[in-house]
Amino acid sequence: MKLELHRVKVKKWAFGSATGFANATVTVNKEELTALLLQDERLAGIELHLAHPGDSIRILPVKDAIEPRCKLEGAGEVFPGYIGDVDTVGEGKTLVLDGAAILTTGRLVAPQEGIVDMKGPGADYTPFSQTANLVVYITPREGVVLHELENACRMVGLKTAHYVASSCKSAKADKVDSYDFPPLAEAMQAHPKLPKVAYVYMLQSQGLLHDTWVYGVDAKQILPTLISPTEIMDGAIISGNCVSACDKNNTYVHLNNPIIESLYKRHGKDINFVGTIITNENVTLADKKRSSSYAIKLAKMLGVEGLVISEEGFGNPDADLIMNCWKAERSGIKTVLITDEFAGRDGASQSLADSCPEGNACVTAGNANMLITLPPMDITIGDLPTAEVLAGGFFGSMNKDGSMDVEIQAILSATNELGFTRNGARTE
Amino acid sequence: MSYRVLHYINQFFAGIGGEEKADISPEIRDGLVGPGQALNPALNGEAEIIKTFICGDNYFANNIDAVCAQVVALVKEAKIDALIAGPAFNAGRYGTACGAVCAAVAKECNIPVITALYPENPGVDLYRKLIPIVESSDSARGMGKAVPAMASVILKFLKKEELCKSDHSCLMEKGIRINMFYDENGAERAVAMLVKKLKGEEFTTEYKMPVFDRVEPRPAVKDMSKATIAIVTSGGIVPKGNPDHIAASSAQNYGEYDFANVKDLLQNEYITAHGGYDQTYANEDPDRVLPVDVLRDIEKEGKIGKLHNKFYTTVGNGTAVANALAFGKEIGQKLRDANVQAVILTST
Repeated sequence: MKLELHRVKVKKWAFGSATGFANATVTVNKEELTALLLQDERLAGIELHLAHPGDSIRILPVKDAIEPRCKLEGAGEVFPGYIGDVDTVGEGKTLVLDGAAILTTGRLVAPQEGIVDMKGPGADYTPFSQTANLVVYITPREGVVLHELENACRMVGLKTAHYVASSCKSAKADKVDSYDFPPLAEAMQAHPKLPKVAYVYMLQSQGLLHDTWVYGVDAKQILPTLISPTEIMDGAIISGNCVSACDKNNTYVHLNNPIIESLYKRHGKDINFVGTIITNENVTLADKKRSSSYAIKLAKMLGVEGLVISEEGFGNPDADLIMNCWKAERSGIKTVLITDEFAGRDGASQSLADSCPEGNACVTAGNANMLITLPPMDITIGDLPTAEVLAGGFFGSMNKDGSMDVEIQAILSATNELGFTRNGARTE
Repeated sequence: MSYRVLHYINQFFAGIGGEEKADISPEIRDGLVGPGQALNPALNGEAEIIKTFICGDNYFANNIDAVCAQVVALVKEAKIDALIAGPAFNAGRYGTACGAVCAAVAKECNIPVITALYPENPGVDLYRKLIPIVESSDSARGMGKAVPAMASVILKFLKKEELCKSDHSCLMEKGIRINMFYDENGAERAVAMLVKKLKGEEFTTEYKMPVFDRVEPRPAVKDMSKATIAIVTSGGIVPKGNPDHIAASSAQNYGEYDFANVKDLLQNEYITAHGGYDQTYANEDPDRVLPVDVLRDIEKEGKIGKLHNKFYTTVGNGTAVANALAFGKEIGQKLRDANVQAVILTST
């Protein structure tokens, strides 16, 4: 499967009469986009805001981040099961508005959502302080139940991302990246001297509201399966998550999975990257056993020598991570795990809820319990009162001078377990 | 002028005697005693042992606070710049004493302290998070290695210099996780680590897997019809308004609520404070998380003797194990004091 990502570099958003792209700026027709989104009867109101790197703006609670993409050539449309039909994607050409993000917010499914500061110390912990953001503030209609609201909110993000990208199809790409995922028969023959490696991609599926969707299918209902990285780049995996903001994989990081990027970088040099296996993180023991066994069985069928395993979330999914680890290691497959830590505010507690001696190669995205003081910002987009009940906030989070004390847990992607950021931790 | 150092040792290293002399009360001597003879030259003339504080190990164990206060007083009175305790190797009571006096002096006087212990010395687990500890061998045969390491570290502390790599390698980790930004993102670090692991090259994990406590299940309750049963939850059920402000994640406290007259947890009277799951169904009927209604039924039917009149609740979401452990110990003690025979723990 071959996919070209046509990357158009975006530095700025603006509002104007026609939605389109010029001079590194995406202009959006507010009325047109608002009308499109309000077709959803579950919504009472939509407000659009802009937030750029360095602005004195705090956005909270952010539910999802999405990168604007659409198909230029090839079968289907991005975000299959939502925007596109459910047929296979991942081939042809896809337009990427690189440097731009859609952030969805509003008082929806608090307490779990996240903070994005566009400047100051909090900005260092979120990659979305570095993107030009179109923020969609959603007001739901009374009486819509939470899981319906989550769906409505998810659709707002995806529709906006697709609408914007589709209006910029004539823009000339600054860079074209080609990704090829050959048929397995070829992949197995290639690079005979290099070790075969696969990626076990754990998807949050603890439900309720801890959901990930694959081609529109709830990931808790899947058996682990193979997927082409190019399908992921076309939005085959969508976040429906309302878990702690620090380590949920929002749709943006799925689209730009850095582990896949790093495996491609080393492919043909140090390793032969032959497969991506998606698996879930269900809550029952039977599901955990079944999924971990099945995922590692797929790795064995591929005949790989090594696996990178990424977790999503913390606590309960630590058990899935550990099962995946020891089942692989005891099958003779070497593993590296990516996780984050809940070591307490003083960093003195054990960081994981489960453990195995085989987990001797572990990358950490940092201690999510670490406290940070976020200074006041001139503008708040969203709903400030939610700060005290969002995960990572606490009663007393709001200080009189307008600053907030929170754990970095509350900051979007602060301890992302796809290894999206440079954040980590050490022992002293 | 050189820095003024106080040296703490026990009766054995002071040459007073072994177990039979472990009850001796504190004694302060001017200058060097025992291992001080080796330690003082290692301080290179930049620092000097001015006084030696000697205490019997059993005396210390029975008078911890009092002896620590005496050491603190001496530090202040004699204008001491740094405290060196031990090395205590694998001597348990001595190691604990070294850790305790160092911790007390560090806290009360804010001056540099150091001790040296064998990793399995009980003083390590008690004090590693509070004070720097040089790793020593298990017996006094390791004196020659421990002394220069202690001297090197304490001199750097006194001169406010950065510790060097060899200092770090001989100090035991405090076990505190500190966030930092790496040069590469996590994904690049992970793939690089995998490549090394596959090649059989040396690699360093960024997090050493913890070793867990395992709790043996208690024997079954013999006669439930006479037992007092309590309910405790990490599912965050609290009276409406969350009066004790239990956080949605990373809880810092737990709640204790009397529900002697409650037959059923009603919507709008109880809610969940938990931020880790969809609250809709818990708020609709809080019994789904804390099953008071069915427990009242079986209490009425005589299947259990009595439902304890208080329930305990916290939020298990992202809550540090150390906090959970502290809550558990307190709650356990309260239940024991109330003669509760068994507890039903509900999570989410």
